[in-house]
This record gives sequence, C-alpha cells and structure tokens, in this order.
Amino acid sequence: MTDFIQTAPGRTLENTMQDHFIAAEAPFSTVIRRGQTVRIEDTYGQQAIDTLFYNATDFSERYSNQDTMREQGAAYISTGTKVVSNEGRVMLTMTADSCGRHDTSAGACSCESNTVRFGHGTRYLHACRDNFVLEVSKHGMNKRDVVPNINFFMNVPIEPSGKMTIVDGISAPGDYVELKAEMDVLLVISNCPQINNPCNGFDPTPVRVLVWDSEA
Amino acid sequence: MTHVRRSPEDIAANRARYEEHQRKGLEFAPKALPEASLLPAPEIAADKIIHREVIPGGWYWSTHIRKNEIFRVSLDHGFSTVSLVAWSAADTSERLNLPDTVKMQWTTALGKGRVIFSDMGRVMFSVTEDSSGAHDGLMGGSTFTSNAAKYGDGTRNTRDNLILLATKAGLDKRDIPSVLALFAPVRVDQDGAFLWKPELLHGHDYVELRAEMDMILGFSNCPHPLDPDPAYRPNPVTVTRMAAAKLADDDLCRTATAEAVRGFENNTLATM
Repeated sequence: MTDFIQTAPGRTLENTMQDHFIAAEAPFSTVIRRGQTVRIEDTYGQQAIDTLFYNATDFSERYSNQDTMREQGAAYISTGTKVVSNEGRVMLTMTADSCGRHDTSAGACSCESNTVRFGHGTRYLHACRDNFVLEVSKHGMNKRDVVPNINFFMNVPIEPSGKMTIVDGISAPGDYVELKAEMDVLLVISNCPQINNPCNGFDPTPVRVLVWDSEA
Repeated sequence: MTHVRRSPEDIAANRARYEEHQRKGLEFAPKALPEASLLPAPEIAADKIIHREVIPGGWYWSTHIRKNEIFRVSLDHGFSTVSLVAWSAADTSERLNLPDTVKMQWTTALGKGRVIFSDMGRVMFSVTEDSSGAHDGLMGGSTFTSNAAKYGDGTRNTRDNLILLATKAGLDKRDIPSVLALFAPVRVDQDGAFLWKPELLHGHDYVELRAEMDMILGFSNCPHPLDPDPAYRPNPVTVTRMAAAKLADDDLCRTATAEAVRGFENNTLATM
C-alpha cells in the first residue's frame, strides 16, 4: 500500500468523517450523507471493488447499471459519471478518478456463476454475491435486492463484435475514485474474493474507504 | 493491515486456468454456433400454437410459460423493440441476469445458439432461432425521464410497464431485473460508447426462445432509448407461445459451449 494521496486542500486524513480499511475478500457497508464525498481507494492496486448504492431512506430506490450506462451513453464510467438509480435520479457524481476505467456491465461473481464460468469445482469459493447478500441482510434486505453493481477498478473491455473478457486491471497502488453524494446513500461493498479471473490479479487485497464532509 | 499474499505459483496456476477458459470461450465456442435463422420466418402449424398475442405499441404483456415450450417474438407489423424480463415460476427470487449472461459467454452479442442465464447459474432460455442477432443486454429500456427528454410528456415507457406487470404478478419494483431488449441493434465502440446499427436488422426479424424452466415472462413494447427515430411510433409485435417439442440429445443450444453445458447441468441438479 501507499501513503495517503491528498486530492483537495481541505481533504486530509485528520478531518475525515469516516476512515475504514476493508479486509481482502470482505463485505462492508456504511451511510454517506448528501453533500459528503466518499473516496474508494485501491490501496494495493489491481483489486476489483464491487459496489452497490441504495437510497438510505428508501432501499427500493437503488443503483441501476442500465440507467447509468444509458445516461452516460457508454459502457464504462469515470470522472463526471452520474451514478443513476432505478428511479432515474442521480445518486452520486464521480468527481475524481485516478484510474480511468471501471466496469458496470459484468456484475458480481457468485458461487453459481463460477460453476458455469470455471467448472463445478469452483462452487465452494468465497464470492461477491454471497458478500452482498450477507451485507444487505444487515439492513433488512435480501437476495432480491442485490442488483447489478459497479466494479470499480475492474477492466472489462467490450469490443464492437461483442467480445467481452475480464483482463488485468490497470489500477496502481493508491488509485482512487471519489464520488459526491447527491442524496443520503447506503454504500455496500464486496471487496472481491475472485481468484478465478484477473480482476484482482488472482490475489485479493485490502481496500480503504474515506468520507469527508462537504466543506472539505 | 496484515495480509497474506497468494504465492506466485498459485497465481500462475489460476491465471493459466483462466486463460484456457478464455481461449475456449473466445475462439472455439463461436465456431460451434450456427448461422442466423433465415427469413421469412416459417409458418407455425396451427396445432402447435398455444396462444398468440399482439402487443400494441407502447404496451406490456405478461404470461406464464412451461419448460420446453417455445415462444416466438416477431416483427410482423414492422420494426419495434421488445424488452423482456423473466422470473422462475418456482421461486421468483431467481430471475434474468444479464451481467452473468454476457460475462459467462464472453460476449454481449446474443444470438442463435446462445443461452440466457438466471442469477443462480441456470439457463432460463435457449435462443433456438434468431434472424438478426441484434439485441441489447447492456443498456436496457426506456423510462419516464428518457421518454420525456426525447418525445415530450405523455408516452408510455418500459420502466413503468415493468412496474405494472411485476405488480400484477405479485412482485414489486424491487424485483425488476435488468432487461434484455430484443431487436435493439446496439454495439459498443472501442471507447465504450454505444452505437445503434440498424443495418443489423432486416425488416421482419424474429427470434424464438425455448423456456428451460417454468417461468413468468414480461414484455414491454416501447422504443429503445437509442432508437434514432424522433417520433414515438412503436409498431405492434406478435408473441406466439408454442407447445413443447421433444429435444434432440445433441440439441445445439445445450451443447455448443462449455458454459451452456455446465449451466444445463445446474438446471438438471435443481430439478432432481
């Protein structure tokens, strides 16, 4: 991992409202208030960070990958991307991105999809969909509420022919995205445990989540 | 934070295994797939038809379908885009999953010979016939907002249609999966930008999907958000539900790719 990279004069390690390390392969959730900025940091580099957002006051409003892609007119997301809900509202805006390439079309790994992709012998490996189900269950939700997500720092090029593969991530240690919340949101992360494809270099690592108030 | 890294040997072994799957998925599987179905679509024998529904432009329809029945969606009245969603009838928490569908088959180009997966690693549909291969599993259907921006107020949209049909099936808006847009010729350029390629369509295209489990299906007949036509004028579309036919042992969709084979193995396990 690397030292803290400061992105704005007022945004220091001393004035964070939240500062979390998420262990390799672990789930995580927290609430980001409207106006706050959240940084999701790929602390060691080349780690896929599977992320969902829910309206903190009404979980039936949640991240929609199709609405987000439609609003961007593009399959990838980066600085300036509006993170759009299933109600067509902007949940967060991506204000900074030191990596430049994030996926929202490939979804999260699961025990079940791993059997199809990599053989039935991979069923009993820890997977993002299990992380999501466990984490949203803490908030009264269930598998029905786990929808297609954003994969920060995951590199999934799609070619004009339709060809789609997960290739080596391009993120370096310390790379980050920052998003400004446009409503109170519940952030849910699965720090991807996938060891069957190169989304995290076959070697899951810890990541960091930092939150600052609007003045910072 | 302490973290034990995996050994270089483990990483190399996993990478080699991934690259082998990738090679089979990208190079070998497409060669096993058939050509697009020929037009015009063949007539369906009257005794095979369980039901025929003509969905008016802008409207929705939902129905139950049984395993091994086939339904044809055909543009008999001219071009339109049809958004499709599906839930397992046995457990509606199992539903269409397009990210899994495209990722597991190494392609966003869904056409004849491919299959459509649920979130539980099982096959929901086989694409048994398809004249265009021009479908969109990525960006999905229209909403009140996207329609208002394009056509002004007052037009029907897919998002509201899906809320209506889901609610009438005893589900709610939390249950609506991402949608597969049939007859939406969407491709992605090198930078990730979406393209609308009408040259992939022929005029009176059709697709036939075979149900691989008992399901609730939902259809919305509204223009795709990328449809360049500035006027809102979706044509009626015809959905024909056909009786089940006996499957051949070497059924193409069940054998064309390693991923489909394993998906159908998951189906079999679930029905034992």
